[in-house]
Amino acid sequence: MNIVVAMKQIPDLHQIRMRDRQPVLDDVPLTLGNIDKNALEAAVHLRDTHGGKVIALSAGSEELEDTIKEALAAGADEAFMILDDSLDNADSSVIAAVLAATIRKINDVDIILFGEGSGDNYSGQVGSRVAGILGLPQVGYASSMEVQGNSAIVTRSLEDGEEILEVELPVVIAVMADINEPRIPSVSQILKAGRKPQEVLELDDLAIEILEEPVVTESNLAPETPRKQVVVKSVDELIAVLRTEGVIGR
Amino acid sequence: MAGILIYSDKENLALELLTAARIIGQELNLEVKAVTINNDALATALAGAGADVYGVNNDNVIPADVGAVASTLEQAAAKLDTKIVLLASDRRGKELAGRLAQNMGAGCLTDVTDIHINDDRIKCQRNALGGATVATQYITTDKQVIAVRPRTFAAAAGGEGKISLFNIEARPTKIKLLEVKTRSSEVVDIEETEVLVVVGQGLNSEGNLAEVEKLAKALGGEVACSKPVATDKKWLAEERIIGLSGKKCKPELAIILGISGQVQFTVGIRDAKVIVSVNTDENAPINRMADYILPADLHEVIEEMNKALG
Repeated sequence: MNIVVAMKQIPDLHQIRMRDRQPVLDDVPLTLGNIDKNALEAAVHLRDTHGGKVIALSAGSEELEDTIKEALAAGADEAFMILDDSLDNADSSVIAAVLAATIRKINDVDIILFGEGSGDNYSGQVGSRVAGILGLPQVGYASSMEVQGNSAIVTRSLEDGEEILEVELPVVIAVMADINEPRIPSVSQILKAGRKPQEVLELDDLAIEILEEPVVTESNLAPETPRKQVVVKSVDELIAVLRTEGVIGR
Repeated sequence: MAGILIYSDKENLALELLTAARIIGQELNLEVKAVTINNDALATALAGAGADVYGVNNDNVIPADVGAVASTLEQAAAKLDTKIVLLASDRRGKELAGRLAQNMGAGCLTDVTDIHINDDRIKCQRNALGGATVATQYITTDKQVIAVRPRTFAAAAGGEGKISLFNIEARPTKIKLLEVKTRSSEVVDIEETEVLVVVGQGLNSEGNLAEVEKLAKALGGEVACSKPVATDKKWLAEERIIGLSGKKCKPELAIILGISGQVQFTVGIRDAKVIVSVNTDENAPINRMADYILPADLHEVIEEMNKALG
């Protein structure tokens, strides 16, 4: 069984600072989206149970050749990368077109896994768009999954309940962060990662039509939250100020 | 006349979209139309709020089959001449948004938290960089799919609309619905609560929760938590999670206990009227967005507050 895991290269969100409400991205290291790592872990688990291959798939700037090693160390068997500097901040429709065209080049894909949203924009579009392009059934917000014969049994977790679905393969599944706990690779796995097969493609290798800048970003600033930031010294003092504010003891 | 189409499978969210669509429609001179799928009650509710409703009845289209729902809406948008489609950005709506946009050849924005019209563009706000920033974005393509966060607009009410039946083509679904489980654990809506006592990983043990609940009760509020408390430690139900992957709350008072304040969390609480942070670390990022900061051990603070308020 071949499982493709789509992963996004993003800046490490824990290391982004703000200056005058502007995010400072210089020198922020790149990593793979956190929920993408849950998708990879789910793929590795399926492979270990049913056999087959886990293929990490990602489109981004050329730093991706380094970033993707995280996935190869954490259990992916090989990687497909589409490298172009325009891809790091490309619209979901562009990434979906690129990923779908690449998936068509990979033989016998049974399951295509995504995280429920990328770590940075969390827009959640790419998985659904890829399913649309490839004309495949999809299940998002998956909180558990297993494979039985030629079908996947997937639990989709909604705000007010769950639905358990049986879907014929091939299928696109987007997992939630709580589906598993991604493994932390050992040193030897990290060392071996660089030797796993890696296929690098460029945009010219893919015959795709893409929308021309479908979304324009006018501004992107930290929200203004003017707060008092008054330090109080005791619980008594805290209760007193909250009474004055009229938010307790009403 | 060209129009704007709304769809959600949930009544409250569909009525919110109706409000949003009317605001956009008025500015851009677009007729508002609503689609419902196999849901007469929802069609009646929307018509009762003045909507022009197109009811689809086709057993091949089930909500669990996102591809089928997207195809239904794609056909509706084409026949009804609606290039703009508004969806709710709940899980169903968000999963649908990308697929519908792909089918339509549309640009798409999800998780939209505000909309205003400027230069004949639909300017949308949404969180970016994991919630660290708020981006203002607009779609440039002729066709647009916009998924709006629940509770961004008030629900429409009153009016006299009409319901027309509407046919679409659909193949039998390949997705088999084996079982539906409704969440019965505990029905609490932290988005509706005036006071929230929010705990994070600074809480020592699950055993301390009783005291936290006592405090929340004394304040007339509910307990909420950061994501790891529910998903990793499983001390609280997921519906109590605040943040990017949980709920966005606007309580009068939020008392935040032992949470450092990663943006992924703060995005869910930054609209609170008064924020209190209790943290042993005086330099915790959360303190920069707090009105009152008590640098102390949260367990002692909870105990003292319970004594003082009890």
